[in-house]
Amino acid sequence: MKTFPIGGIHPSDEKKWSKGSAVETMPLPDTVTIPLSQHIGAPAVAKVAKGDKVLTGQLIAEAASFMSANIHSPISGTVKSVDMLPNAQGLRQMMITIVREGDEWVEGIDRSTELVRECDLTPAEIIERIKNAGIVGMGGATFPTHVKLSVPAGKKAECLIINGVECEPYLTSDYRTMLEFGERLVVGTTILKRALGVEKAFIGVENNKPDAVAHLRELVASMGAEGVTVVPLKVRYPQGGEKQLIAAVTGRQVPPPPALPIDVGAVVCNASTTVAVYDAVQKNKPLIERVVTVTGKQVASPKNLLARMGTPISSLVAFAGGLPEGDVKVLNGGPMMGRAMVNPDAPVTKGCSGITVISGAEAHRVKESACIKCAKCVSACPMGLEPYFLSKLSRKKAWDVVEAHNVTDCIECGSCQYTCPAGLPLLDYIRLGKQTVMGIIRARAAKK
Amino acid sequence: MANKFFVSPSPHIHGAQSTQKIMADVIIALLPAFCVSVAVYGWGVLALMAISIASCVLFEYLIQKFFIKGECTVGNLSAVVTGLLLAFNLPLGIKWWIVVIGAFVAIAIAKMTFGGLGKNPFNPALVGRVFLLVAYPAQMTSFPAPTVEGFVDAYSGATPLAAAKAAAKKFAEHASEVADKAADAASGATAATAEAVKDFDYASVDFTGMLTGAMSGSVGEIATLALLLGFVYLLWQKVITWHIPVAVLGTMGVFAFVVALCKGGDASLLWSFPLFHLLAGGAVLGAVYMATDYSTSPMTVRGMVIYGIGIGVITMCIRLWGAYPEGMSFAILIMNSVVPLLNKYVKPKRFGVK
Repeated sequence: MKTFPIGGIHPSDEKKWSKGSAVETMPLPDTVTIPLSQHIGAPAVAKVAKGDKVLTGQLIAEAASFMSANIHSPISGTVKSVDMLPNAQGLRQMMITIVREGDEWVEGIDRSTELVRECDLTPAEIIERIKNAGIVGMGGATFPTHVKLSVPAGKKAECLIINGVECEPYLTSDYRTMLEFGERLVVGTTILKRALGVEKAFIGVENNKPDAVAHLRELVASMGAEGVTVVPLKVRYPQGGEKQLIAAVTGRQVPPPPALPIDVGAVVCNASTTVAVYDAVQKNKPLIERVVTVTGKQVASPKNLLARMGTPISSLVAFAGGLPEGDVKVLNGGPMMGRAMVNPDAPVTKGCSGITVISGAEAHRVKESACIKCAKCVSACPMGLEPYFLSKLSRKKAWDVVEAHNVTDCIECGSCQYTCPAGLPLLDYIRLGKQTVMGIIRARAAKK
Repeated sequence: MANKFFVSPSPHIHGAQSTQKIMADVIIALLPAFCVSVAVYGWGVLALMAISIASCVLFEYLIQKFFIKGECTVGNLSAVVTGLLLAFNLPLGIKWWIVVIGAFVAIAIAKMTFGGLGKNPFNPALVGRVFLLVAYPAQMTSFPAPTVEGFVDAYSGATPLAAAKAAAKKFAEHASEVADKAADAASGATAATAEAVKDFDYASVDFTGMLTGAMSGSVGEIATLALLLGFVYLLWQKVITWHIPVAVLGTMGVFAFVVALCKGGDASLLWSFPLFHLLAGGAVLGAVYMATDYSTSPMTVRGMVIYGIGIGVITMCIRLWGAYPEGMSFAILIMNSVVPLLNKYVKPKRFGVK
């Protein structure tokens, strides 16, 4: 079975809690808060002001530049404020607050469930629709999709890879999406293929989801999607990392930064994003809702919820039975790369694939002791780095050495820290080193 | 939501490994060899281990408490492993105070002076052992012969390596004597060679005995099969990878094979000579349990292989042409000193670079 070339770990996948729950639609929230920055790049510019009436699907904030994304109202109602509000990490961020009045959609959005297969738009038209719909990578990275699809001059896309790996433990939103919205996914894949002008598309799925692999294979065959191959991949974290997935599927390794996947001819798009692409291109529906897994060992009824953007995360957690007693860590995302939340009332955003509740002793970090030079972090690193060394030298602020040892290659997957028997916070310091070195590199470039 | 929210950067889950668990796994892996040792040598082995472990743990505890003044680290079991390995490298019947001195050198000098676990450049148990070998050569090389009933004979048996070395020396002396005689008198020399002293007969060595513990040696090195069983356990538990042990033993095997080829003579030597060297003199104990010591071995796979090859070559050179019959301890310590260099120059393969 295919997999990526170096490193990796095998954490328990913990999918069992929520994998059996079919996607349920969340009741509409009474109030939504919509951050203007839900993507990588410049924050969107608000197009509405306090007191404005908005409809569901209406553009409320516009992409500020090419590297930015549109934002649409997920409900209909009145704009209550456009103000700085705390996000999930407690940091204040510009957000539009809308109080709901009914659910009235703007005209031109096809809300029927009928599958529209045909698409004879030109690549430029497809990319334009994706851009208008404000689609960004929904696996967590939130990179604007239209930017990814706009292949720079001189580069050539050779294959499209749909990322259905979902290697993060616990999360099942992509899995449920593949099982339940498989048709839309397959059509979305052919649309993306068309947009890129490539012959081949691969749907990479980790092999702990054999039913999803079988289902998608059946659909690809029955729907006659040409050039689309479903590729089962070995269960190994971080299989779903962009560079790891490309290497697993094509055997090509993306060179170190600043090289991009397109340099090896690959464009990767997350499975849920692909479904959103279908909705945008075929149904003219902007990205205003997404599937969010709410899960955890002690969550009463783990669920996969179809929620409108801006819905308070606390209401999703309450819908799944609430938080367990005692110490908890509530994560926006999965346990390997998710971010711990301080503000449970923060909204669902485009990159929020799941809410993982870690409870009890697991909510605490393990005790730190001396490095025993076991080299487990070195063998676990999927980028071929030396985590123990980078961490130690970042701690000592030896930025030049850290840079020389390729700290900017780090994808922050956390495999090193997961595997460390001494319980060292390796990634904390590597991240610090990476951020500092990237700052130094930017400053150096600015000077020139 | 009245819960207490915990916040930290990712990752938010941790694997099952801990220093203590790794050390416990090493102890478990050493248990089969320990049992064989007790069966062969009797309960004296237990006393030897107890003294060694107790002194190692005590020295670490005292130094940590009164000199380093840090948190008590005895709980991570690393001192227990050092004590156990030191005892494995000692002959039964050695005076108890010599063991305590060895433990002191291992823990106080080789480990704690550098700051404790993970910071020592040389394998503590081996430093202790080599110190004793130099300081108390007679006591360190008088091995009781194995007795199946668990009764220790007063007779001192030679280890297979020592026997081979002595035989080889005798053979070489005799050969030169014959040559001298042949030079003196042009005739009659052929008659003398008829009753020539034979070189050590490797093919007729009791290899089954060497696998199961029926040979003379340090208490832990004799039961090769039991040590290999522990190796399998360590691999299964992912405590170590195969690279260092295989590189060490593979190099020794190939080296011995080439030497056997150069020697010419009986074809049986081609298999018996390498096999003899792999089973004798704690080769497996050294390759699997001593050379793989985390803090004194390289961090990258390629580094590990280079390090293993180095140990194999040096061991064989000492065994064949050095003054000592056994070379594993020295070879590991010599290669320990190369580890910082290997860590500096042998880097892992960077993703995306050909």
